[in-house]
Amino acid sequence: MVEVADTAVRAGLSGPRHPADPARRREARAGYGLMSPALLLMVAVLALPLAALIVLSFWTQSGFTLDRTFTLANYWRLIAPSDREVEWMGLTFRLAYPVPAILIIKSLVMSLTATVAVILLAYPMAYFLAFRVHRNKAAWIILLTVPFWTSYLLRVFSWKVVLGYNGAINSGLMSLGIIDAPLEFLLYNPAAVTITLAHSWVSFIVLPIYVSLEKIDRSMLEAASDLGDSKWKRFRRITLPLSMPGTISAALLVFIPTVGDYVTPELVGGPGGTMIGSLVQQLFTKQNNAPLGAAVSLVMMLIIGAMVLIFLTLIGYWRMRARRAA
Amino acid sequence: MTGGWGFKTYAILFIAFIYGPVLMLPLFSVNDSNFATFPLAGFTLRHYADLWTQRPILEALGNSVRIAAGVSVLATVVAMPAAIAVTRFRFAGKAPALAFMMLPLVVPSIVMAVALLVIVLRFLGIPLSLWTVAAGHVVVCLPFCLSVLVSRLEGFDASLEEASRDLGCAPMQTFWRLTFPLALPGIISSLLLGFIISFDEFVIAFFLTGTENTLPVYLYSQLRFPNSLPGTLALGSLILIASTLLVVLAEVIRRRGVTSDNPGDI
Repeated sequence: MVEVADTAVRAGLSGPRHPADPARRREARAGYGLMSPALLLMVAVLALPLAALIVLSFWTQSGFTLDRTFTLANYWRLIAPSDREVEWMGLTFRLAYPVPAILIIKSLVMSLTATVAVILLAYPMAYFLAFRVHRNKAAWIILLTVPFWTSYLLRVFSWKVVLGYNGAINSGLMSLGIIDAPLEFLLYNPAAVTITLAHSWVSFIVLPIYVSLEKIDRSMLEAASDLGDSKWKRFRRITLPLSMPGTISAALLVFIPTVGDYVTPELVGGPGGTMIGSLVQQLFTKQNNAPLGAAVSLVMMLIIGAMVLIFLTLIGYWRMRARRAA
Repeated sequence: MTGGWGFKTYAILFIAFIYGPVLMLPLFSVNDSNFATFPLAGFTLRHYADLWTQRPILEALGNSVRIAAGVSVLATVVAMPAAIAVTRFRFAGKAPALAFMMLPLVVPSIVMAVALLVIVLRFLGIPLSLWTVAAGHVVVCLPFCLSVLVSRLEGFDASLEEASRDLGCAPMQTFWRLTFPLALPGIISSLLLGFIISFDEFVIAFFLTGTENTLPVYLYSQLRFPNSLPGTLALGSLILIASTLLVVLAEVIRRRGVTSDNPGDI
């Protein structure tokens, strides 16, 4: 929702520095005092568990015994080379244990595809809402937000009902006589996962984009028209660059959680559509190798973090361009 | 409304896309068949009637409601003073502290789930239970509750509070007599959103629950059995209807009495 994106973006901007006079110090103490319950909770339930996960990733598990000597073995296992070649989608992996590397690349590609699809789908809708809807805006906004707040599990499951072997599309087409046998390629593949991910997140992202469009000073658009810009040129030179920072931060809020998504690949992915989240789950349960699972999840977070830094650099770039356009 | 039919058509298609698949669940839940297939066979409510006879569903429902209620209250109580600090105080390190509190938004829930699993089982040796689920849910809800409260507190003038202090009110008095009533719509909507998020959350509950199920965990366990599909559809539809009602309620309450200049502030 929009406040969430707004607050998240604001958190990234640092405030002005203040001189250390007593009044300021009192204010700081009061501020931290008020924040302390929330901060303590975050430390106890997020920061400490993540620290525990990091510690565990430097230990090793064999069978039921956990070896607590510090080692990089789990991380080494993820990149250890081997003579054996594994082919996947035209890429050759010379790794002793290629599964995590392949799944991470696959998850990043699927998640990026879903993110791009979400932005392309949501942007025109947000544009329509910002520039063309003048009455009942609130109703439109509620209509667009409600799906995001309904159960994620059920939204994903609904795609199984739609795309399944005995699903709505197959049975519908068969009862209309268009096909004779169910289409098997609809479900249990990366495309089904990507469509479902895009569908799950698209209603979350219209509002942040809408806000960044709504904040654009209309007089700038009028000025562009008065100076002879065509509609398309005006969009390309003013609307698009000015809405880009909001759009990119919206994209981040889709990309980051979807890479590690567990429910969607489990329900609609089948064997071909698994993602990195499923591997983490298996390492922690069936394969009983929590330390390796910890290393895989931390590497995944690091890679996501690195990609987010690239995204944020892009935001900086667009901000600069927007300022120049303004 | 001005301008092309193109945009309007797109908007209608967009709405159809986001609602279409989800609406299949209630559609097939009242279909007189054990499969979710076309053509529709006829109207029935028997799948709903069957739900009330199943103890596991009622137990899971009870667990979910208890967790969601506790979580939404705790998250809101903790988020409220933090939101005041964010909107009313200026101090160094505020932005990083806020970023830290928004972190659960960007940590994939499976990572949060396994991290909690590790500390609970391997470091603290506490058995898994509904309590461990609730702990995870509080943190998931916090960024959402905080955002709603921050936007509400920004929606009215902080000088009202200054005036109250100047007139000799103690900080707590100012809070209860001024800030709290003005922020009430935000507080209620934070409670409702916290409830919905916890009630619908699956991944953390799946990893951190002991022997007892929450409703989404129970539902997930049923998804793989084709025999239980009609019951799953009926249960899913009820959950969808309940969440929708709560969300719309939360939004309507939050909109009441605010006229905000902030675009998109709904």
